[in-house]
Amino acid sequence: MTATSAAPARRSRQRRFTAVDVILWAIRIGAVLIIGFGLFGSVGNFLAGQGPSATAWRDLVVAGLAQGAMYGLIALGYSMVYGVLGFINFAHGEVFMAGSLIGFFAADAMVRGGLWERNILLALAILIAVSVTVSTLMAVVIERVAYRRLREAPRLIPLITSIGVSFFIQYSFSGLFGVNVRSYPALPGALGGRVSILGVPIEATKLIVIVVAIIAMIGLFYFVNRTRTGRAIRAVAEDKEIAALMGIDVDRTIVMTFAVGGAMAGVAGALYGLLFRGIVFYTGFLPGIKAFTSAVLGGIGNIPGAMAGGVLLGLFEGVGPLLILGGLGIPSVTQLKDVVAFSALVLMLIFRPSGLFGERIGSEDRA
Amino acid sequence: MALLEIVGLKKSFGGLNALQGVDFRIDRGEIVSIIGPNGAGKTSFFNVTSGIFPPDAGTIRFKDEDIAGLPPNLITERGLARTFQNVKLFPNLTVLENVMVGQHCRRRSGAWDAILRTPRFRREERETEERAREVLSFFGSRLSGYRLEQPASVLSYANRRRLEIARAMATEPDLLLLDEPTAGMNPRETAELTELIGKLRTEKGFTVVVIEHDMKVVANVSDRVVVLDHGVKLIEGDYATISTDETVIEAYLGRPESKEGAA
Amino acid sequence: MATTTTPEVAPEVAPALEATPFEPRRGLTVGALGALALILVLTNGMYLTFLPRELVVGVLDLGTLALLLIGLIVGSRAAVHLPRPGRVDIPTVPRDVVVSLLAGAVTSLGAVLVVLAIDAPWDLRSAFPNLSPQLRTALVGEAGLGGLLTSIAAPILLAAVLGGASRLLGRRVRRALVVGTEVTLGLSMIELVARDLLGNVGLAALHKAMWVTNSGIRPLPAVALFAVATGLAFALGRRGPRERRFHAAEARTTRQRTVVLVAALAAALILPAFFGLIVNELLVNVGIFLLMALGLNVVIGYAGMLNLGSIAFFAVGAYGMAVLTSPTSPTFAPALSWWVALPIVVGLSALAGLLIGAPVIGLRGDYLAIVTLGFSEIIRLLFLSDWLGPYFGAAQGIRSIPGIDVGFTTLSGIDPRGMLYITIVFVLVAVYVSKQLQDSRVGRAWAALREDESTAQAMGIDTQQSKLLAFVIGAILASFGGALFAAKVGTVFPNSFALLVSIIILVVVIVGGMGHIPGVIVGAVVLIGILGGPRQPGLLQEFGEYKLLIYGAVLIYMMLQRPEGLVPSVRRTRELHAEEFSQDAWFDRKGRFIDDDADTDDGKA
Repeated sequence: MTATSAAPARRSRQRRFTAVDVILWAIRIGAVLIIGFGLFGSVGNFLAGQGPSATAWRDLVVAGLAQGAMYGLIALGYSMVYGVLGFINFAHGEVFMAGSLIGFFAADAMVRGGLWERNILLALAILIAVSVTVSTLMAVVIERVAYRRLREAPRLIPLITSIGVSFFIQYSFSGLFGVNVRSYPALPGALGGRVSILGVPIEATKLIVIVVAIIAMIGLFYFVNRTRTGRAIRAVAEDKEIAALMGIDVDRTIVMTFAVGGAMAGVAGALYGLLFRGIVFYTGFLPGIKAFTSAVLGGIGNIPGAMAGGVLLGLFEGVGPLLILGGLGIPSVTQLKDVVAFSALVLMLIFRPSGLFGERIGSEDRA
Repeated sequence: MALLEIVGLKKSFGGLNALQGVDFRIDRGEIVSIIGPNGAGKTSFFNVTSGIFPPDAGTIRFKDEDIAGLPPNLITERGLARTFQNVKLFPNLTVLENVMVGQHCRRRSGAWDAILRTPRFRREERETEERAREVLSFFGSRLSGYRLEQPASVLSYANRRRLEIARAMATEPDLLLLDEPTAGMNPRETAELTELIGKLRTEKGFTVVVIEHDMKVVANVSDRVVVLDHGVKLIEGDYATISTDETVIEAYLGRPESKEGAA
Repeated sequence: MATTTTPEVAPEVAPALEATPFEPRRGLTVGALGALALILVLTNGMYLTFLPRELVVGVLDLGTLALLLIGLIVGSRAAVHLPRPGRVDIPTVPRDVVVSLLAGAVTSLGAVLVVLAIDAPWDLRSAFPNLSPQLRTALVGEAGLGGLLTSIAAPILLAAVLGGASRLLGRRVRRALVVGTEVTLGLSMIELVARDLLGNVGLAALHKAMWVTNSGIRPLPAVALFAVATGLAFALGRRGPRERRFHAAEARTTRQRTVVLVAALAAALILPAFFGLIVNELLVNVGIFLLMALGLNVVIGYAGMLNLGSIAFFAVGAYGMAVLTSPTSPTFAPALSWWVALPIVVGLSALAGLLIGAPVIGLRGDYLAIVTLGFSEIIRLLFLSDWLGPYFGAAQGIRSIPGIDVGFTTLSGIDPRGMLYITIVFVLVAVYVSKQLQDSRVGRAWAALREDESTAQAMGIDTQQSKLLAFVIGAILASFGGALFAAKVGTVFPNSFALLVSIIILVVVIVGGMGHIPGVIVGAVVLIGILGGPRQPGLLQEFGEYKLLIYGAVLIYMMLQRPEGLVPSVRRTRELHAEEFSQDAWFDRKGRFIDDDADTDDGKA
């Protein structure tokens, strides 16, 4: 006799629906409604000839792409460190800020020396080299001083430490370099204006940012997939102990991971200066947290994912406030730009923490 | 009426079919052993039954209620407690606290009672501690005296296993699932625990399912033996039948002289 | 993590005892890091800002203390004996003192670089605003580099040698010296408190004899205090600190606890009457942040969830109170009294705890931290936005929040003493609630949850419910702080609720000792009281803009060296020093070996 033929049992609900589920569903439905009504309103406005014009939308998209490329570069550092060590390096935003701020002094010196006007390409190369060097050094020193001793500690301990490091660096920089906003020089001559790509006029600065970011990403992709060190990094991310047994120097590989992540943050730092000009000691926080969002969006530990996540978030942040919140008739939506980004972060972590393209983390880091 | 009746239990992890339609039943007052080679699905069977993972298919009727898919805490509350193969204690809580945690689902006092120290709270705290001591006294002098205040992390391996059983007993279950209770114990301790498992039924009235590799223990404690292999039930019956069955010997015993089996 | 070897142990079956070889390289490396630290302290303006603040009048100022601290850390780190298998190292003068001296010397070279940078022909000041002629004067006067010998090198070398040599002293002596120094430094910083206290009980003369007004302690009393404190600590310090920590719980009897509790209560009730405006104001800040810290302690210390958005609950408390009580609240202004509004505010915060808690409790620990951070920033940005401006006043916030009417008077920021009393009442409530919950069925569930969530659930604990409860309780305790804050300041605006505050509260909880109420109280008093809150000055106002730097450094230091906090709970110490402890635990309290696996019981039971 089987249970199915027996008298029907008092059957408990297969999936229990608790108060927590109610709240989660409320958030889901709320988010869908907000986005839906917002889009509907915006499209309606646009068709009715109200609201921002087509060119305004195009500029927002380009701005979003440039910004997103930059987020992607920073996101790589979060993603790789998480992949290898399994913790969120909260101080990575400061690594980016350090490169950007020191880069400013290089740019400033080149403006005064005249190189900025004479040969902007060389000047840009020097600027990026400086900021990459600073960020790389910074990342490596942080690893050595703060994180190395915490390899075996519970996951939250290095996270809390990295918060301390972030604070420490921010306020060291505010003391060292003052609290005034430093302003990057504008690109000289024609580069200050727009260039035409396929008949679409695009701001030259943004184009440069996108191009440089793409080059950096290709370089990184090559490095991780085609070099010995890159393979070592992937092996250590998969399983530290086995990697060590296979003769990989784990310490050195971890340092390399921080160095590569730092270098990418350095590139992003220089690009940030070109894109937004103003930089000050607390500039690292917001791009840092947004880059982390990008890393999660693309799937933590997933290198192409981090790049894609950055671009997606940049676009979403560029277009989203006007498209969604503007469509709802909310005033001064640009103020809410960061709310949109933080909402993306929160929703992503709550509903799809493994990202859009799948996370790749070592077996011991899966909680 | 069976206390626990499982029909067609299936569970796969990725491509691995850990359980491929297992049927199982146990009546009140029975002691049943589950044996099988490593990877046969024994621990998966416990994990699905106790709610750690929901089953892919099949029914789990416990005390005439289908508990498949319930979260583990509710299954424990309904009277099904377990221990773990790789002992899972709260290492930094004391021995007594570990057992008191087991009483959680049998008590009702909440935050308000705790803040206001209501009569219910006082009564429940007193009962919880008394009950915890009573459960621990089942193990004689092994877990008593100064050990009550020691953190679980400093206990010997055998004592950790005992403490885990004590914690499961403290949830006041009808059915106790013990996952390799004698693993890592020396022969003397194993013999002692074998006797205790018998007492779990005679003195405490528990129904027990035990996963065990030590055939001497299996022979001594079980009314019935279930053999799992590759996620299916090979055969079941009393120890004498099982130990002479051709398929079992082929699948598992292989070398009947090695009594430790595949452990 | 345990970097200290313990040469005092000297067991009979010891591995070979031998002196560690002289390691000059370690001295150089540590010295180079020290030089970086020194350059930072000089170039970010900290040294110059700290110099005028005297601690021991005419002998020691805050700037020199910073140098001493660098020297001490450099010296002791340089003398660390790296563990070598099979060897127990014994400290020696060449190994410990000479290496430290070397490290100190290298560190001092950092100052040379700074002076050279100031003298350099290029304009470095546009990049480093603090590389000023004033800094040069402070470092070397009008002289050349030789002036650095007395201003920088002397204190650093002295401290480095002390740091290195400390290992040559017994543990008990070292401990006593540390206590003596802490007591003396502590007393040198609380001149203002002593002035209020002694002046109001007719002992102004004593204050005058010991302290200099608006400055530090006088040298002679400092020496005397140091001697007394060190001597007492030596006499009482028979047990080493580590053993004491492990046995703390059992050592403290109920009666001792009652005595401490009654004394603390009496002090809390009597002392404010003798304090002046500034000290009371300071203590109100301590109390308000302590409420927030106690709330966070429930979430992180008891239930083990790293909430980086604790400020959100405080903000809900403060804004709730502002909207409900302020007559000038932009749209909705019921202008209730504080007491009527309080239960509503508490309800709102509990709701906020539920709404923020529910979506995050299923996440793994680090993601939970980031999501709570995200929520708190979203809440702040919404309060700041023009969109919700009509309700919350956007960047200007809400003004004219009335004080707390207690019948005979109205308590507000202009009456710090009254405000302090009511804050103390709420702190007592929060402490009581925390304590009762910790020692209960709910508290045990939290502890189990923190140790091993899936096992806790398998043992019948409803993890969702337990975690949510922690969030709600944490939110309610923090909202007390917010409600008091609104009444005290009279204005709320979004920038008071930055992420920064959450982090500072986290530091308070961690420094004190997660999950341990006395620890959290000590953390709040020491950090908020002396360093100051995010926007509120502490006793040493010189810390000013540098306090956040110090908070960061303290957080890093604590995580690396003492993650269990200054006043840790026994359980937390076990968690973080599991290995050392399980070694110790094989010995019973009289030092006999406990043979747990012995076949026959040893008759103890």
